[in-house]
Amino acid sequence: MSDFKLVWKNLMRRKLRTFLMLFATLIAFAIFGVLSAFNNAFSGDQAAAIDRLVVVNKINFTQPLPVSYPARIKQIEGVKQLSYANWFGGYYPEPKNQLVVFAVDHTTYLDVYDDAITVDAATRKNFMTDKTSAIVGRAMADKFGWKVGDRVPMNSNIFSQKSGARVWDLTIAGIFDKKKENQDTNFMFFRYDYFDETRSFGKDTIGWMMLNLTSSSLADKVAKQIDETFANSPYETQTDTEKAFNKAFVAQFGNIALIVTLVVGAAFITILMIVGNTMAMAVRERTREIGVMKSLGFPGARILKMVLGESLLLAALGGLLGLGLATLAIGGMKQAAGNFVPGLAMTGDIMVFGIALIVALGVLTGIVPAMSAMRMSIISALGRT
Amino acid sequence: MSDTLIRLAHVEKSFVKGKEKISIFEHLDMTIPRGDFVAIMGPSGSGKTTLLNMLGGIDTPTAGEISFDGQRIDQYNERQLSKWRSDHVGFIFQFYNLMPMLNAAQNVELPLLLKPLSASQRKQNVAAALEVVSLADRAKHYPREMSGGQQQRVAIARAIVSDPQLLLCDEPTGDLDRTVADEILAMLQLLNKELGKTIVMVTHDPAAARYAKRTLHLDKGKFVEREELAA
Repeated sequence: MSDFKLVWKNLMRRKLRTFLMLFATLIAFAIFGVLSAFNNAFSGDQAAAIDRLVVVNKINFTQPLPVSYPARIKQIEGVKQLSYANWFGGYYPEPKNQLVVFAVDHTTYLDVYDDAITVDAATRKNFMTDKTSAIVGRAMADKFGWKVGDRVPMNSNIFSQKSGARVWDLTIAGIFDKKKENQDTNFMFFRYDYFDETRSFGKDTIGWMMLNLTSSSLADKVAKQIDETFANSPYETQTDTEKAFNKAFVAQFGNIALIVTLVVGAAFITILMIVGNTMAMAVRERTREIGVMKSLGFPGARILKMVLGESLLLAALGGLLGLGLATLAIGGMKQAAGNFVPGLAMTGDIMVFGIALIVALGVLTGIVPAMSAMRMSIISALGRT
Repeated sequence: MSDTLIRLAHVEKSFVKGKEKISIFEHLDMTIPRGDFVAIMGPSGSGKTTLLNMLGGIDTPTAGEISFDGQRIDQYNERQLSKWRSDHVGFIFQFYNLMPMLNAAQNVELPLLLKPLSASQRKQNVAAALEVVSLADRAKHYPREMSGGQQQRVAIARAIVSDPQLLLCDEPTGDLDRTVADEILAMLQLLNKELGKTIVMVTHDPAAARYAKRTLHLDKGKFVEREELAA
């Protein structure tokens, strides 16, 4: 028998109580895991480049901007590379299966996002030469089994062609992979010139521009200059860093970080009280046994370690099972809603933070009863007066 | 090696209750030779349990000296007392005080977790201790599956498994019927005679005291003659 076995035996002496505490802890950590994954996916901070600016219509990002703007902005000092794109509103093959599809300026897009995605030379060549070509992210290509050369009839729920058709036939020029850990690859893009020529309305307008700077320190200055350039025009602009733009985009769904903090905080405070109180009760029930162990020669510090070990073991079992459940749940959700929540995943950061929370929960719920057990007088524990 | 195992010199014990100072012992002197089997009797409140607590290092005197094998244990701190107890003392309680979630062998093994022994050495020692108390066949039984007498025998095995010199017994047969009590007392007598354990036993039962080599009567914090106690 080891100290661990003794701790385990103590933990399992009231199986129903232990099971209920494990279940409560499991649920709290599952909630934490799922919400944190959503928060990470929505914030997209890791994939956002700090020296990239995004320019949208000041009214909101669904309003168009003139296609003449990129050339004017390119003249501003500090702008290194610039590209532009338009939301396509794609679905394939059924309307319920909506996809993230953009029309992009094929001459510049790959250069602007060179830090985030990678394509091989053949793909780049195909994209430049074939007007109907599209480049697909690895995740999306894998999902649909698309390969280079495939013809994909991509539907739009926003645009139609001059012929009235809502389908654009796209040729897969190649597949891109991510360069950054948190970069999503569950989207595709095709050529803006093809899109603009064929669409029935909105010609010569674009959705947004993205530009890289010569230095990230110029971000504020360049953003201000862009917005001043188009101030008081019919198409005023709003320029932000990509990170700020992503945050603003997510903010339309609500303050996800605050929601996560509040829900997880409430769950943890509840768990802290439930497990802490139960641990204290469990140790009180064992007062006499602790007195016996001390009379056998177990020093107070070892008793403290055992009680603390029990609360840590409980938190570890419940917490790890909860994080495991969250991983499974996120996997399932990714299948169901991955198109619209790109980057939804249980990342290493969430796991590390979860494990830190497990340790904190174990220590916080165990420290008071453990200290009380350590300091317990043998005489009063055994009722020997 | 001196013949004296335990020596109490001018021991005082008192505590404060409210504004009142309650004295339990004043200048108590006592010597217990190695290999002795002492029964301590006396009325409730006479200080028997307090004396046993001090002998076992789970209570400390207000003044005076308590020596074990020439070492002043009254000067030990908590950590030193824990180590000393694990090396030299075995406790046997009235209500056995076994761990309900551990089987007999695991209960007996508890004190050995404090020793630098391998798992196989611990297993051997546990088997030997259970053999001494004739419970080898009950090693896997839990306390709830054993009678009171069997539980007390497991408690005795736990007390002797680390081979301490001193066994402190607090009413070891107080919860048992006469026949079983006699078996337990005979076992203690055997441990004293055959293994040379020094035993101090607190009891109310004159029949139990007869198993000891000598009986000390305690009254109002002092050792008295039997006649004096009767008076």
